[in-house]
Order: sequence, then C-alpha cells, then structure tokens
Amino acid sequence: MKRIAVVTAGLGQPSSSRLLADRLSAASGLPADTFELRDTAHDVVNHLLTGFPSSKLQAVLDNVADADGLIAVTATFNASYSGLFKSFFDVLGEGALVDKPVLLGATGGTARHSLVLEHAMRPLFSYLRAVVTPTAVFAASEDWAGASASLGGALRARIDRAGREFADLVQRYEQKPAGDPFALTMNFEDLL
Amino acid sequence: MQFGIFTVGDVTPDPTTGVAPTEHERIKAMVRIALKAEEVGLDVFATGEHHNPPFVPSSPTTMLGYIAARTERLQLSTATTLITTNDPVKIAEDYAMLQHLADGRVDLMLGRGNTGPVYPWFGQDIRNGIALAIENYALLHKLWREDVVDWEGHFRTPLQSFTSTPRPLDGVPPFVWHGSIRSPEIAEQAAYYGDGFFANHIFWPASHTQRMVGLYRERFEHYGHGSADQAIVGLGGQVFMRKNSQDAVDEFRPYFDNAPVYGHGPSLEDFSAETPLTVGSPQQVIDRTLGFREYVGDYQRQLFLMDHAGLPLKTVLEQLDILGEEVVPVLRKEFDALRPAHVPATPVLAGAR
Repeated sequence: MKRIAVVTAGLGQPSSSRLLADRLSAASGLPADTFELRDTAHDVVNHLLTGFPSSKLQAVLDNVADADGLIAVTATFNASYSGLFKSFFDVLGEGALVDKPVLLGATGGTARHSLVLEHAMRPLFSYLRAVVTPTAVFAASEDWAGASASLGGALRARIDRAGREFADLVQRYEQKPAGDPFALTMNFEDLL
Repeated sequence: MQFGIFTVGDVTPDPTTGVAPTEHERIKAMVRIALKAEEVGLDVFATGEHHNPPFVPSSPTTMLGYIAARTERLQLSTATTLITTNDPVKIAEDYAMLQHLADGRVDLMLGRGNTGPVYPWFGQDIRNGIALAIENYALLHKLWREDVVDWEGHFRTPLQSFTSTPRPLDGVPPFVWHGSIRSPEIAEQAAYYGDGFFANHIFWPASHTQRMVGLYRERFEHYGHGSADQAIVGLGGQVFMRKNSQDAVDEFRPYFDNAPVYGHGPSLEDFSAETPLTVGSPQQVIDRTLGFREYVGDYQRQLFLMDHAGLPLKTVLEQLDILGEEVVPVLRKEFDALRPAHVPATPVLAGAR
C-alpha cells in the first residue's frame, strides 16, 4: 500500500493551510502522515545553523523522503511561500523529491495571491525535479466562507480534481529507496 | 590509550566580558595550554591549521616545534593538517624536521578543510577536494618511504630524482590519521593505507561517527591490515566540568550560546543530547566518554576540545587540571581493563602499508 506525506507551513492555530492540507489529503484517498512545520520550526533553523537535524526533525525528513508522494501547503507571505516552508525544503536531503509526485496548495487572504502556486511554488518543485500535479489548489479566505455555496463548491471541486490527479501519479510512479550517504561507491585503486 | 586535547585556535571574544584576546595573547595561550597538558599528565596536544581570521594557527610546525622544545613526553599532533592546499612535498619536509627536533613525538592528522575561499589562496579548487586529498597523500606517503622519488600527478609539477629531507627519524614516517566527518572516501583512504582514522565527533550526532568508524574498520580488515577491531581509531570530545554539574552548566552556557559553529542555534541541553558534548561533573564526563566505546569499539586516542568559544585561559587551565587529575586517570584504567589483548592500546605503525 502506498503512503504519502503531508507538509504544511501554516503558522496559525488552527491553521487554514492545515485545513487545506487535510482536505487535499482526504481527496487523494491515500494513507498519510501529516506534519505541521510549526512543530519543528526551531529544529529547521538549528539544522541550517549546525548542519545536522535533531532526531525529531530527522524523523520528519526521513518520512517525507520515504513517502510515495508529498502534499506541500504554505500560507502566502509577500507574494511567495513562507520562509519556514522554503527553509524546510532547503534542509531536506538532496534528491529527496526526484520523481516524487507532489501536490501543491497555498492559502492567502484574497484570491489575488493565487498565482503564488505557479510563480513561486511550481518553479521550486520543478528545480527539485519533483513530478508536480497539473492542478494546484489555492484557497482564499472567501473560499472557506460558508455564505457562498458556489465559492465553497468551486474549492471542493478543485480539491477533488487535484486529489484524483495526485493519487493517479502516486500509483504510476515507483519510488526508489533513498541512497545511503555513508555507502562506499568507489574502488580506492580507481581513485589513485 | 592516549588522551589529549585539540585546539581550533579561534580568537573569540569572551561573551561574558566582550573582550577578545589579541592574536599574540591567543598564540601564547595555546602554548601555555599545551604545556599544561603535559603537566597534568595528558598524552597529546594537537593544533588546527587555518588561514583566515578569526583563527591564528597558520603555521603548525612552528608552534609544535616551540612546544617540543619545552616538553618532554607530550605527543605533538595536528587537527587537521590541510592535505588539499599544502604542497605534499612541504608537508613531508616540515613534519620530518619536526619529528627530528621532537625526538619522534610527532604524528599528524590530515583533513581537507571545508571553506571554499581558502583553496584558491593556495592555487587549488574546493571542487577537487577529495581528488587532492587522495593524490597529495599518495605522494606524501611515497616521499616518506622512498629515498628517491620520480612522480607525476594532476595537481603539482612532476618530481624527478627528488629526495625529501630530512628523512623520517630512524626511517619511520610519522603516524598519520585521516580525519573526516562524512566522506566515506576518506575512511576508505585511511583503511587502504592502514593509517588511523579520526572522527571529529563533536559537532555531529553519534550515528554519523558510528557509520564512518564502522566503514573504516570493515575496510581496514578488507585491505589486510588486521581484524576490524584492531583498526586505529581516534575520537573528538567536548566537555566542561565543575564539581557540581549545575555550576558547570551555568558557567558554560554563555559560551555555548555564543559559540562559533553552533551558537544561537540549539539549546545547550538539546545539543548535549544530540552530540557528545558533556557539561557537568567529572563523573558525568567519565560515564559519557566510556559510552563512546559502545558505538565505535575499543579505540586508541581521545582528544577533547577545551579552549574555544572565548573561554578565558584561566578557566581552560582549571579545566585541564580537572581533566588530568580526576577524569583521565579513571578513563585510562577503565578503557584499559575493557580492551581485549589483541587490540592495540595506542597508534602503532605495525601493519602500515
């Protein structure tokens, strides 16, 4: 059975990014381990400073690297992902997302921020050589408002479509086991 | 087993006073610390090599030669000698000269150095780091073992009919350690030659050290130098001690919080849990250090980092008193009792290629 990881960088509690992440995760129909980066925010900064992760952060990094797919959700800060979101992917091991299906989500105060998905997030994950689903989901405050059934309905439809695309990619891509950084990959006589 | 200290040679302001020593004061303090190491019964003093501020020890053999003249028993070493940016011909000459002056009390630890900008100052490129470490050491190894050397490589001008002088004392080259944090190629290099492997250990989780030492031991046996448990391993350690452990924590915390490398990052408590750093009573240091053996096996050299992060000289000397009087005698006895007879107690040259 395949398993996905969900990483959400919302800072509020409760967080609308977490809410979106949970909806996307449910729409994929896949078993998921969900991580709020708020819980390891200090560990992420400490990793940047010391060069190694705490055991708590290591468990999250390993979980993401070993997952068959990743849902990544951030709140929008100054027309981009949050610094915490970027820092997490800065300390995630090199190659951890290569050929891994990734579903992107973002939240913001108004729909005017929605291109954060295409102008900030998608290039980052393209660089990391992830397989990004065609549909990414932005949820503005108004999308959560129950008052307008049409807006809420449109968000639900986008979430369902994204979840289907993502689940389909997860089934199609087989993940290779992560490389062992301590493994000896050469013959010393050849190096000489 | 050998016990000693290694120093980075950083000039760091004391965070409790804001005052930094001058370069002159720091250099003299390093020498004072080395002399103290011998006074309190430690076996080894090792200095770093750096070529940029805030570090002072750019010329290790000059410093070690001076210390050699003022000590009787102390083994003089480095942590680390830059095998990438130093000309291996000059390393061969300098350390053989030091070996003669110190009547053989010399070994050295080779490392690559990790700061990109340093390489071009010496005509090199950090992208060739591993290749430089491999080629330069192959030449150094040859220069100390063959009287007349013809040699050609990628990184320096060829040598024809070259003899490095002076020849090693009594024809025995200084013992060599290879230091690395996480490059399996360097563990492999140490194993190939039957040299020692030194794990920095102090800035990283124990799992790193365990994997690297495990690889080195396995390959040491593969290359026929002896069984895996006979491979020569050294470890770093970092401690701060007071009679009452809470006093040690309170006194060391400002130095920890502002230290180069890990300062302003994890808490003292978290870093102590994740790395071998031990701040507490001498007994806590003894217990923790004995525990290293459980994941690296019986090993031959333990070096402690004692004089960094702006700690005043007076405090460092007090720490060395505690280390020499209360900690090392116990460690020596306990490690010796645990070590099987077929495992070398100290670095030896037997079996080296």
